Amino acid sequence: MAASLQSAVFLSNRIDPHRRLFASPARSLPGTKGSILVVRSDGRISGRLSGRNLITNAVAVECCFTKADTPTSSTDSKPGHELLLFEALREGLEEEMDRDPRVCVMGEDVGHYGGSYKVTKGLAPKYGDLRVLDTPIAENSFTGMGIGAAMTGLRPVIEGMNMGFLLLAYNQISNNCGMLHYTSGGQFKIPVVIRGPGGVGRQLGAEHSQRLESYFQSIPGLQMVACSTPYNAKGLMKAAIRSDNPVVLFEHVLLYNLKERIPDEEYVLCLEEAEMVRPGEHVTILTYSRMRYHVMQAAKTLVNKGYDPEVIDIRSLKPFDLYTIGNSVKKTHRVLIVEECMRTGGIGSSLRAAIIDNFWDYLDAPIMCLSSQDVPTPYAGTLEEWTVVQPAQIVAAVEQLCQ
Amino acid sequence: MAASAVVRRLSSAPLRDHRLLRPFSSTGSESTITVETSVPFTGHKINPPSRSVETTPVELLSFFRDMSLMRRMEIAADSLYKSKLIRGFCHLYDGQESIAIGLEAAITKKDAIITAYRDHCICLGRGGTLVESFAELMGRRAGCSKGKGGSMHFYKKESGFFGGHGIVGAQVPLGCGLAFAQKYLKEGTVSFALYGDGAANQGQLFEALNISALWDLPAILVCENNHYGMGTAEWRSSKSPAYYKRGDYVPGLKVDGMDVLAVKQASKFAKEYALKNGPIILEMDTYRYHGHSMSDPGSTYRTRDEISGVRQERDPIERIRKLLLSHEIATVSDLKDIEKEVRREVEEAIAQAKENLMPDPSELFTNVYVKGFGVESFGADRKEVKAILP
Repeated sequence: MAASLQSAVFLSNRIDPHRRLFASPARSLPGTKGSILVVRSDGRISGRLSGRNLITNAVAVECCFTKADTPTSSTDSKPGHELLLFEALREGLEEEMDRDPRVCVMGEDVGHYGGSYKVTKGLAPKYGDLRVLDTPIAENSFTGMGIGAAMTGLRPVIEGMNMGFLLLAYNQISNNCGMLHYTSGGQFKIPVVIRGPGGVGRQLGAEHSQRLESYFQSIPGLQMVACSTPYNAKGLMKAAIRSDNPVVLFEHVLLYNLKERIPDEEYVLCLEEAEMVRPGEHVTILTYSRMRYHVMQAAKTLVNKGYDPEVIDIRSLKPFDLYTIGNSVKKTHRVLIVEECMRTGGIGSSLRAAIIDNFWDYLDAPIMCLSSQDVPTPYAGTLEEWTVVQPAQIVAAVEQLCQ
Repeated sequence: MAASAVVRRLSSAPLRDHRLLRPFSSTGSESTITVETSVPFTGHKINPPSRSVETTPVELLSFFRDMSLMRRMEIAADSLYKSKLIRGFCHLYDGQESIAIGLEAAITKKDAIITAYRDHCICLGRGGTLVESFAELMGRRAGCSKGKGGSMHFYKKESGFFGGHGIVGAQVPLGCGLAFAQKYLKEGTVSFALYGDGAANQGQLFEALNISALWDLPAILVCENNHYGMGTAEWRSSKSPAYYKRGDYVPGLKVDGMDVLAVKQASKFAKEYALKNGPIILEMDTYRYHGHSMSDPGSTYRTRDEISGVRQERDPIERIRKLLLSHEIATVSDLKDIEKEVRREVEEAIAQAKENLMPDPSELFTNVYVKGFGVESFGADRKEVKAILP
């Protein structure tokens, strides 16, 4: 599917003024042939067909926290339907299972029970036991089985009841899932999606509040995305299933009940792209998953205090969307990273290094990174609150950065 | 790409071609011969198949030739390793060739085989060429994995060979996943997941067996029991060395792995069983002459007498040689000629592989992700489609 798009880009003449044009970040891969037309977020076109007029600076879709450029932030399409995040994930999964008979779901209690977070509710009666598979509690082997099935062309979606349980399958994910495409010289592709909820919940205890983004991030061959709203949850789920690469989709335990209105029509989001939540001028705040909401809460306070933060939900944890991030850094010259990962070796540390490597000249201040404390998550509520970043800390950090 | 295509054409005749210098002396080429296996099969919760195996002279000759080819390849790999053309880990299969050949005789290329790191001969049996194998061992671009896999990562997708895995035991869940896909896609084929006596103690094996039995998957788990898990003898690592019984609720069969006809019979039996009833375990009693890998002399944990004893009494190639001679299918000099031809083939292949180049430096970054790097994405009104950078 991707190959068929390599030499052509379809641009409509009637472009919705409220629609933002997304663009792939320009990557300097060795051997890249520049036969593709790239539309950048500001409407510039590079490639052979430059000269067309494109309308820029539109906000693609209404999302609860998006600051729209125009008063009415509705799109050209119908109003859509309202649902919760887990329902959005289910919708995405169901649409993909309808579309491609090779998509199957494996996990503990995904079938008859309907999924521990109801993401797969109703799918087993509809598709049968062979497509929605209840596995025994054997993460190592059923992840391995999903990967083995993917080697022959199936597209399994492997659910870990909690991301922390996938540590038991780490060997399969790292050695077989990530590396088989490379060590076989390109013979096998592994189109699996590994998904599950992670992150700090409400007093779930240390072992059930793990953030595994940092453990998986250095596995070569894997792609990682984190969803944060019903809109991007459905789009990323669909994109992850359609992708021929192994994708790890990180969901968050506390975000499953978010409600949002999403379009009725089908849409698929880009796996490698970041989302501009709130454009601004003074400071770039990079965040993902649940911390997005803490940041937006802090943003309200900051706006009242006179700051104009630009909030970007990075969404793609591997690879980073350095294009969107870079443009933002070039505009604001100050970066704050707010993440739920641990401080040591987390996503924030890699992101910091990537920004310093690429955009050093544009920085006016050191990059600040707010992350969770390097402790196992305690059970007591007050202690647990202080392991993650709170909005007050974000406000203080922005004030310090913007001095 | 062109170079490797040329190389393939120049390589010697396909594995199953056998040319004799003299016609058959007494038996017609299509007549069947019935041979009894060396020992009867032992079953666990299943009735074992009969000891009498039917075969033809043509098949026996092909066994002899193919096993001699594999033996010669492994010995050549030994000397290549010692001359530092093969680096890293090199696990040799000599002594166990009968398993690879017997398995192939019972199944088709649509069935899947997956094994661990002792995979050179299985790849050859599945249709890999000598040049591909040697090139991969030496890290050249004509290798079956383009030189990026190495000894432990031989793969051949077209003929259903799924590798080639370095982590002990990790290939068994993959093999059960292959069986799952075969059942899902209703292909009517089976998957053989090969593992060793050392890997038989891995938890993921039992997990995968449980799931396979629960879902009735056509998975056949083959334990190539060469009695040593690297340096640890089986009685020191396993409380119950009867690996064919380890499946408990899954039936098992114990087979003399050094007898190619027994392996063929058991594999055929297992395939029929698995297609109807779900998983089955085959334990192949076999032996490896080399150490665990090239860095292991193989004599610190076993006596040389033991090794030479097995070589004299149970060697798979010798057994077939005796059969061929006793049934007067070929003479001593015929067989010697086959061996000479095989030796020449291997030497030619090595020469070709040596000439082949190392992979291009840009190959470092290819095949990390599937080309395309993502998926087409579009907004809700489908008006724009984004281009994917290659």
